[in-house]
Amino acid sequence: MQISLSHFLIVGALLFCFGLVTVTTRRNAVGVLMGVELILNGANVNFAAFNHFVVGGVSGQVFALFVIVLAAAEAAVGLAIVLAVFQTFKTIDVRYADLMRE
Amino acid sequence: MNTTTGKLLGWILGTALAIGFVVVMGQLAIGPAAQSMAPVPATTTGLPEVVFYVIAGLTIAGAAGVALSHNILYSAIGLLMALLGAGSLYVFLAADFLAVTQLLIYIGGVLVLVLFAVMLTNRITEINVSNGSLGLWGGLMLFVAVAPVLLAVALVTPWQTIPPAAATYTTETIGDGLLTRWLLPFEVASLVLLASLVGAVSIARKEIKAD
Repeated sequence: MQISLSHFLIVGALLFCFGLVTVTTRRNAVGVLMGVELILNGANVNFAAFNHFVVGGVSGQVFALFVIVLAAAEAAVGLAIVLAVFQTFKTIDVRYADLMRE
Repeated sequence: MNTTTGKLLGWILGTALAIGFVVVMGQLAIGPAAQSMAPVPATTTGLPEVVFYVIAGLTIAGAAGVALSHNILYSAIGLLMALLGAGSLYVFLAADFLAVTQLLIYIGGVLVLVLFAVMLTNRITEINVSNGSLGLWGGLMLFVAVAPVLLAVALVTPWQTIPPAAATYTTETIGDGLLTRWLLPFEVASLVLLASLVGAVSIARKEIKAD
């Protein structure tokens, strides 16, 4: 049995779905960020799969690289915000972070 | 001890279920085409296929662990499994540079950052690491609403595939591309990284009050 494009698309779709569920159901802010990472990884798997099976060349891989770079920047800023929220509210439960100042 | 064994069994069972799911869906996807064509010469399941299914199952089990685990540290371990599995899938897609980048940036950078944030924001001595979720029902409903659509799109659409190229080294091509065709996005990405670095430091630093 040959590994086809659909196999990778299934994995990417499930990664996206679990990431979506994580983002919407977590109350822990760090958990929400983990969900965002899962969603971006699902998209990346799709990029690499379409690049390999449909387009050819490396353009999809370069696009996935840029997604990884932006995900790293997002994680850095997001976790810094989480730390700031924790210093202000003494919790990282997203329900209690309802002010933008102290 | 008993609960540990039960949890371990649950994880193993979840991995096996995920592997079986990918196998069944894959057969669903290529089943009709294979039947309509002339008898395919003895589709033996070789070693790469088995490795692919194991890695895909681990990836999906890790993602499920992130979504469902009650302990945020277990969620981080699940994220490790998912990221590692996704990086291994890139190897199957002849994207070696992407796989190594995933390993370096995600596992070495983002995951360590996430673990630091977990350790810094939860008092480790507290038993109850807050990771409560909105309730399984909302998540389950969302999953049931989204997953079938995406899976149907992936399976039903007649993708115009090309014969995949043999695995070669892509690093040289990507490096050339980054300095010629994708030079502007490359520079903009470096600017974004600089801005996010400065922003992260200025957000997370402790302000020293004057009084």
